[in-house]
Parts: sequence; structure tokens; C-alpha cells
Amino acid sequence: MRAAVVVFPGSNCDRDLAVALRAAGFDVTPIWHKETDLPPGTDLVGVPGGFSFGDYLRCGAIAARAPIVPALAAHVKSGGYAIGICNGFQILLETGLLPGALMRNARLKFICRDAPLQVATAQCAFTSAFAAGEAISLPVAHHDGNYRADPETLTALRAEDRIAFAYAEDVNGSAEGIAGILSANRRVLGLMPHPERAADPALGGADGARLFAGLASELAAETATA
Amino acid sequence: MKARIEVMLKDGVLDPQGEAVARALGSLGFEGVGGVRQGKLIELDLAAGDAEAARAEARRMCEALLANTVIETYRVEIVE
Repeated sequence: MRAAVVVFPGSNCDRDLAVALRAAGFDVTPIWHKETDLPPGTDLVGVPGGFSFGDYLRCGAIAARAPIVPALAAHVKSGGYAIGICNGFQILLETGLLPGALMRNARLKFICRDAPLQVATAQCAFTSAFAAGEAISLPVAHHDGNYRADPETLTALRAEDRIAFAYAEDVNGSAEGIAGILSANRRVLGLMPHPERAADPALGGADGARLFAGLASELAAETATA
Repeated sequence: MKARIEVMLKDGVLDPQGEAVARALGSLGFEGVGGVRQGKLIELDLAAGDAEAARAEARRMCEALLANTVIETYRVEIVE
């Protein structure tokens, strides 16, 4: 399985994401944002956390217009997998590949701690290793993680079971406690918590490693039947 | 031509920064502040030859990048 991790000026979780994906069995290629093509055979695109372009204008706004983005959009449109973590989630929202927006945290503070989460659905490759409703813990580190969407979008996300992760307590004021959402085809996940920072039991827990391992085994099964 | 673009959060979108500013004004003794909304002002220096062309171009820029129309509205003013 091949993964590409997009790197922007200001990305700072790209290497951690690559390490976590490799540990789960992916072949990982970093891709500079000025490239216009993904490596042939890319199964998964990772959009990492960080502070792309210094968070200027709006978090993720400038990265979402980078030269690599049309290739990412085409990959998603053709049914490819993508995961956007933290700033990567902000970027996926700014590209319109996922609905809604992330605003300044309700209490205006940068929040950096482990957050208790509930796995809201197990019906996608990203959460296939978890049970629906399972309580897990992942680190969060963000200033703008307060998820907002219009009432129709929130209704659709709920009705279509597209909320992947919800905070088990109020962390940042997010609508419906949303920590992560899925695309309509359930192959794009955007989330504020950092699974790649919980991918080694010696360094902050292993709940994140389960996400990548579950994703890898689903992808392997899909490739085998394709 | 110079364009001035005002980007504001849509009505109904909670503005935590505006609320914090409102509280700070209250604690300084300013009474009667019913609400505060905080936005952005962006000035553009444009090569367009006339105001209408400049306005149209500035609007395209707002849609493409300067505003996130999921949560924000924008207003374009041509100033000279």
C-alpha cells in the first residue's frame, strides 16, 4: 500500500505521520506542495498537522490553493483515501473536500493535552479497528478546532453516520462535540486529534496506532479483492 | 485602483474573539456595549483600469481565497 504525505511550509507533523503509516505497513512518500502529481499507485494521501503558511489569512486557506491540491482532489474524486489531521483537517475543509469550517476555540486558548474521545462510528476503514461507542484517548494541540457547519450539514452528517470521532467532554466548543468527520463516500477523514502522536505505547499511547493498523488492513483487503 | 475588502463572520456564527473584546470593554467600565464582532480589513492595489473591473476582480478574489463563504461574508469597496 502506498501513501503520500503532503508537505507544506510550516507542516510539522509530516514526519510523525510518515513514521506511524510506515509502522502500519504503508510505503510512504513525502510530496512537496509545489508538485502537481501524486506518485503513481497512491492509495492514501495524508495531509499533516502543523502551521502551513503560518496560519496566515485563515488556518489552511493558503495551503488549500497549493499546486498539489488539484491532484489531491482528483484522487479523492476517483475514490482514493485521504486523511487530514489538525491543520490537515483545516486544509481539507478549505478545499471543500469536507464540509464545514473550524473556528477559534470557544475559550480562545491553544489547547494541548490528551482528549477523551468517543469513536462515533466503526463504519469506515479509519475506525474499523474500533467498536462504535468505544472510548479512546488522543492528543489534541490546536487553537482553531471549534467545528462549525450550517444546520443542514450537521443534520446530514448525523443522518449519514459521518461523525467519526466526538469529544467525550467539551474541549473547544465544537458543534455536536465533533472531533472528526467523514466524506460522503467515507474515504476521507478529517480530524483535529493527532493519532500519529499516539502511535507508540512508549510515546503517548497506542490508540492512534490502531487507527492506522485498521486502515492498513482494510486497504489491504480491498486491494486483494480488486 | 485600490479596493478595500471587509471580511466579517456571518450573522449567527459565534464570534468568540468579539465576545472576549466585549467582556474586556465591560471590565474597563465601558457600559452599553451591546455586542462586538471582529473581522478583517484587506486592502488591494489593483492594476484594473476602472472601478467596475476592479470590483469584479476583487469579488473573484474573495470567492477564491480571501473569504471562507462557509462562515464569512465580504464587502468590496473601491476607494480610488
